[in-house]
Amino acid sequence: MSAVLARDIVKKFGEVPAVNGISLTVPDGEFMVLLGPSGCGKTTFLRIICGLEKQTSGDLLIGGDIVNDLPPRARGVAMMFQSYGLYPHFTVRNNIAFPLRTQRVPRAEINKKVEWASQLLGIGHLLDRRPRQLSGGERQRVALARALVREPTALLLDEPLSNLDAKLRTSARQEIKNFQQRVGLTTVYVTHDQVEAMGMGDRIAVIDHGQIRQVGTPTEIYNDPADLFVATFVGSPPMNIVTHNGGGYLGFRPENFLPKEMMNGGGFTEFSFRVDRSEYLGSERIVYGVMDGFESKQPITAKLPPAHVREESIRPGEWHPFAVRTEALREFDKDGKRLNHH
Amino acid sequence: MVAIADSVPKPVSRFQFILDRRDVLGSLMVAPAILYVLLLVGVPFLMAVYYSLSAYTIYDPSWSFVGLSNFEDILEDPTFRQTLYNTFIFTFGSQILGLILGKFGALLLLRPFPGRKIVRALIILPWVVPIALATVAWQWMFDSLYSVINWTLIAMGIVTRDEAPNWLGTPELAMLSVIVVNAWRFFPFAIVIFLAGITAVPQDVIDAATVDGAGFWRRNYQIILPMILPIMAIGLVFGIVFTFTDLSIVYLMTQGGPVGATSVLGFAGFQTGIVSGDVSHGAAISVFMLPLLLIVVVTMLRFIRRREI
Repeated sequence: MSAVLARDIVKKFGEVPAVNGISLTVPDGEFMVLLGPSGCGKTTFLRIICGLEKQTSGDLLIGGDIVNDLPPRARGVAMMFQSYGLYPHFTVRNNIAFPLRTQRVPRAEINKKVEWASQLLGIGHLLDRRPRQLSGGERQRVALARALVREPTALLLDEPLSNLDAKLRTSARQEIKNFQQRVGLTTVYVTHDQVEAMGMGDRIAVIDHGQIRQVGTPTEIYNDPADLFVATFVGSPPMNIVTHNGGGYLGFRPENFLPKEMMNGGGFTEFSFRVDRSEYLGSERIVYGVMDGFESKQPITAKLPPAHVREESIRPGEWHPFAVRTEALREFDKDGKRLNHH
Repeated sequence: MVAIADSVPKPVSRFQFILDRRDVLGSLMVAPAILYVLLLVGVPFLMAVYYSLSAYTIYDPSWSFVGLSNFEDILEDPTFRQTLYNTFIFTFGSQILGLILGKFGALLLLRPFPGRKIVRALIILPWVVPIALATVAWQWMFDSLYSVINWTLIAMGIVTRDEAPNWLGTPELAMLSVIVVNAWRFFPFAIVIFLAGITAVPQDVIDAATVDGAGFWRRNYQIILPMILPIMAIGLVFGIVFTFTDLSIVYLMTQGGPVGATSVLGFAGFQTGIVSGDVSHGAAISVFMLPLLLIVVVTMLRFIRRREI
């Protein structure tokens, strides 16, 4: 059974469509990431799922039931917000208990559930504090406990890590993912950060201009992008795209674009590459340049392993023979759609 | 080779950059405000305190010190006790009414509707209209003969002409009338305070409450109201201080009547001290407000500090 099922959801603000026909199935227990640039409609879609916004058209099913006209509280979903939305005047205990109080759950049961949720997230010792006395990571755990305590059909998370500093973000990412796997809770996670998406998602839905461009596992999204948008949105630096065969496009990842001498055996395509600039980043060297006979809007990048490529061997301003393994080349038609996509 | 002339260091005046110094410029900027407060608030206040401890009247401007006897006199006066009671009723009545109007006004003004900006601007009018003008208008509305309120009540068949209330001639109704006028004057201020408070509540918190299952009332009274309590309390402190010391509405509408039913401390102090010339007793009445307000303000500020989130 699918926990969340969206059928052709459209949401217009005035004449402007924020969500332009999204259909998506999230099976039970899946960690689904909605990935897209800011303003692509992913947060609006999430707010439609939880009922804070009502779609202009389309059907939404949660746990198999149509919930189009149900208010948020009747949908059985929990949401964790970007800045957590904790109630500052309540203690942690009362924050976690609030969703149960609104449902008029008996007091004894509330206590039991608060106990259970706070044990699960290891915040039992914080129950009598107020949110402002907590660190960023602790706040996140309180917000998770509050979301969890009602045992929702699905957990919705709206960029929950964007308020944390880079270091904390890595551990928080781990924590959410571990927790989700342990509980097996269906999760829809919105982010614009591809590292979060790749690292956490069972599947990723890449969204742009209110439409899904591709749904797939991180490997599929990265290796077999369905179109130019996905190809250039995911990956850092993004996939190189050059015009090809008059109107079509050819794409390849920077890490697959290597000096020819590193290729052994056959099955590769050769290009002439002029290096303009090079950045040494420790574990890798990024070189920027142009390719003979190919047009590209962006500089062509190659990601080289410093251990294997000596700096002197690729001098700026000179042409070097580079190559890409043929199986790593991706072809797109003139509309940017992937050709021979399997 | 170009010879560089020995540059003679130009003497710099010690005062050339004097205004760049924080302490000098700062003091200069703050000085007018400090002078203003000292001369126009501090001096009259100290004089009032001294008058209240002296036997000064305009007929006998003696500065002789009489201790607390003026205070004993006024406390023994039943009229004063009535006035004190009236002042509390007037203050808290109009604050509560103003807060209720303010809360609902703010909720209405938060919803988007065509012309909201104009309404938001107009709503401030009662606060900015000169109080003398506004009170005259209200006086006509409460007039015993020409009251438009009574006219409406009669036209709607709720009362007959004989039973029509004499708003400013009946003690309870007169008090109600001055409370209504003061609340009318105060509620735009309350709206502004509420609007500022409610807009400062993060949308995430309100959304979280909605998803957590809170309906309109629970959201408002369990989440939003407690969160804006500190700013509300500050607004209330201002409201209480201004109303408690106010004499304009009573002076313009009822002159404290009928038979002292609407007399408040500010008005009584003015009547006794200025109109009747008994400066020392008038000062005692006015100074009497100080400890009362001090208690209220200190209590509220302590409460706010404790609630600070």
